[in-house]
Amino acid sequence: MRTTVRFVVALSSVVIALPASAALNVFACEPEWGALAQELGGDKVSIYSATTALQDPHRIEARPSLIARIRSADLLVCSGSELEIGWIPLLLTQSGNPRIQLGSPGYFEASQYVVKLEIPKVIDRALGDLHPGGNPHVHTDPRNIAKIAPVLMERMAQLDPANADSYRSRGKSFLERWQAAIARWEQQAAPLKGVPMVVYHKDFSYFINWTGMREAGSLEPKPGIPPTPSHLAELIDQMKRAPAKVIVYSPYSSPQAAEFLSSRANIPAVMMPFTVGGTDRAKDLFGLFDDTIARLLGAVK
Amino acid sequence: MHRKATMALAVAAALGLPHAATAQTEDELRTLREQVRQLETRVTDAEQAAIQASSRPTGENAMNPAVSVILNGIYSNLSQDPNAFRINGFVPPLGEVGPGVRGLSLGESELALAANIDHNFRGTLIASISPEDGIGVEEGYIQTLALSYGFTIKAGRFFSSVGYQNQIHAHAWDFTDAPLANKVFLGNQLGEDGIQLKWVAPTDVYFDVGVELGHGRQFPAGPAGGRNKNGVSSGNVFAHVGGDLGTGVAWQTGMSYLSTSPQDRTFEDPTGTTNSFTGQSRLWVLDGILKWAPNYNPTYTNFKLQGEYFRRRENGDLTFDATGAAQTGSFMSTQSGFYLQGAYQFAPMWRIGYRYDKLNSGTADFSAPLNAANFPILAPYNPTRHTVMADWSPSEFSRVRLQFASDKSRSDVTDKQVFLQYIVSLGAHGAHKF
Repeated sequence: MRTTVRFVVALSSVVIALPASAALNVFACEPEWGALAQELGGDKVSIYSATTALQDPHRIEARPSLIARIRSADLLVCSGSELEIGWIPLLLTQSGNPRIQLGSPGYFEASQYVVKLEIPKVIDRALGDLHPGGNPHVHTDPRNIAKIAPVLMERMAQLDPANADSYRSRGKSFLERWQAAIARWEQQAAPLKGVPMVVYHKDFSYFINWTGMREAGSLEPKPGIPPTPSHLAELIDQMKRAPAKVIVYSPYSSPQAAEFLSSRANIPAVMMPFTVGGTDRAKDLFGLFDDTIARLLGAVK
Repeated sequence: MHRKATMALAVAAALGLPHAATAQTEDELRTLREQVRQLETRVTDAEQAAIQASSRPTGENAMNPAVSVILNGIYSNLSQDPNAFRINGFVPPLGEVGPGVRGLSLGESELALAANIDHNFRGTLIASISPEDGIGVEEGYIQTLALSYGFTIKAGRFFSSVGYQNQIHAHAWDFTDAPLANKVFLGNQLGEDGIQLKWVAPTDVYFDVGVELGHGRQFPAGPAGGRNKNGVSSGNVFAHVGGDLGTGVAWQTGMSYLSTSPQDRTFEDPTGTTNSFTGQSRLWVLDGILKWAPNYNPTYTNFKLQGEYFRRRENGDLTFDATGAAQTGSFMSTQSGFYLQGAYQFAPMWRIGYRYDKLNSGTADFSAPLNAANFPILAPYNPTRHTVMADWSPSEFSRVRLQFASDKSRSDVTDKQVFLQYIVSLGAHGAHKF
């Protein structure tokens, strides 16, 4: 009995001795939302990004370290639209944390605040890993980030009223800089209009929609199904008839299929940063679009 | 004259020009009106579309829970008769732990329903539909969502958090069948009717502790279905620590202690006698799991190492009834066992795996009037098994597996087993535990 008491005392002292955390603990499902929360929160928030640019956000294991982090989160920021369906529901039920459950103010799905593309007309697993709510990779269009930022800013102000003014003034400053950047990017990306591009997965649809590029095919035969030799052969034939200007892939996908098609069809393959941290230049959201556009311009020149 | 004409022209021009200008404006206006009309139509259409999109058809079924079905079928080729299956040296658990039937058979199908009940609770029902025994409730529990400070309470029927593999549904196992240790110490898989309280620590390194109180409806408690008594017949305490290492390793290790007090837990010896045990059964389990994936991205390659060590001590009274004249004496045994298994995904969709099983029966103590010769199945023997498997998962929802095993569960023969199995899931996207 005495040892049990000692154990409990030791344990509670460990718990009490934990460092006083920042005002708002943000658990970001993907790095882009961590970066956005950082822009809005500054030093008032402590950000944990559950994934990196090197991980496929569809396929994440509900690791113990993620449960430990979500347990103490005040705000969960995810893409939503079923992108995280294989792991977030499990983390939520294991967390013992009511603040970030579905329906609580601490539960934030970014894709809910923008117009979604590619909402499937037919939903069937035979068509691959479909997202019934539409394509979840909304952050590849900077105009979407401009729509999500004010909502997230207000959410942070609601959860942490003491710092509400800080979130709002940082948010205002971010949006001003962001709108200016969008104008600059649109000018830079003008030569990309109409340029046909082969993607790996349908994760650049919003970017394509924004820049006016054209999707000329995808390396995956169906969403979520890895490239197959027969599908690649078809793509090579298709590229002979109507060549694309560039093949893109994300840091989390293997470059093999893209390089194979690139060498056979003589089309440059480019790794895009896809999200914050995907390349050295994509250090934050601004760098993400600077680098994305620069890499594409370099390839299609 | 000339001047007059010029004048007339000028007047005409002055009069006519505005007239011409008006005509032009009217043309433009007409075009504009037409454009506005077209725009109005488009706006109305867009509004209608938006209204339609925002008001999807609703009905009583709009709040349906997430439904998923697991189907599996198997072809088994067994060199030994599965009806004579036993694990020598160990008390046969209540219920079937053998390798199944020979030839083609439908495995157990699963029907799972889950949804949030309200803002406080989540409910899950997993029914198992066995081709022989009909429908059973594998799990059916509610779980709290709104307790603070890392606490969760689960109540109902659920797979006990004893060890690691016990909590995982058979369709998500890396091998077709359970480790030998899970068979002899937990009767394949222990599902308890009870209540579980779990606490997750607010630390960056994962730490949880929990306690389960149960009815003791399954082995190692007894009799089958649980004792006829108020209160609690089975208790389990557990703790886990876990975290990340470097840029690709995730680990978790746990300890659990399951204590039950079986009463008249019967087992049949292959010689035909019916024996029954009443006393205390205490089981310690140490488990560890390590998963590696480059940059925690398991899509292309990953490796999983899993192992558990079990140690059980039972003491109490054993009744031996061969001739109708029951004899009771005291009985004590200390037994242990472990398994270690690895599964390696070397390319997308493809995995190979190996598992080693070993049990240590120890030597049971019997007091007079009992003697060891009365219990041939409990004669000391250390079973072992080697298993290899290869599986192919063309999508997240389907898997085909080929498995070979050399099973020395029986002291006198080696069972060469071949299993070819499919496991598929339909419906809602499942989320698998670490």
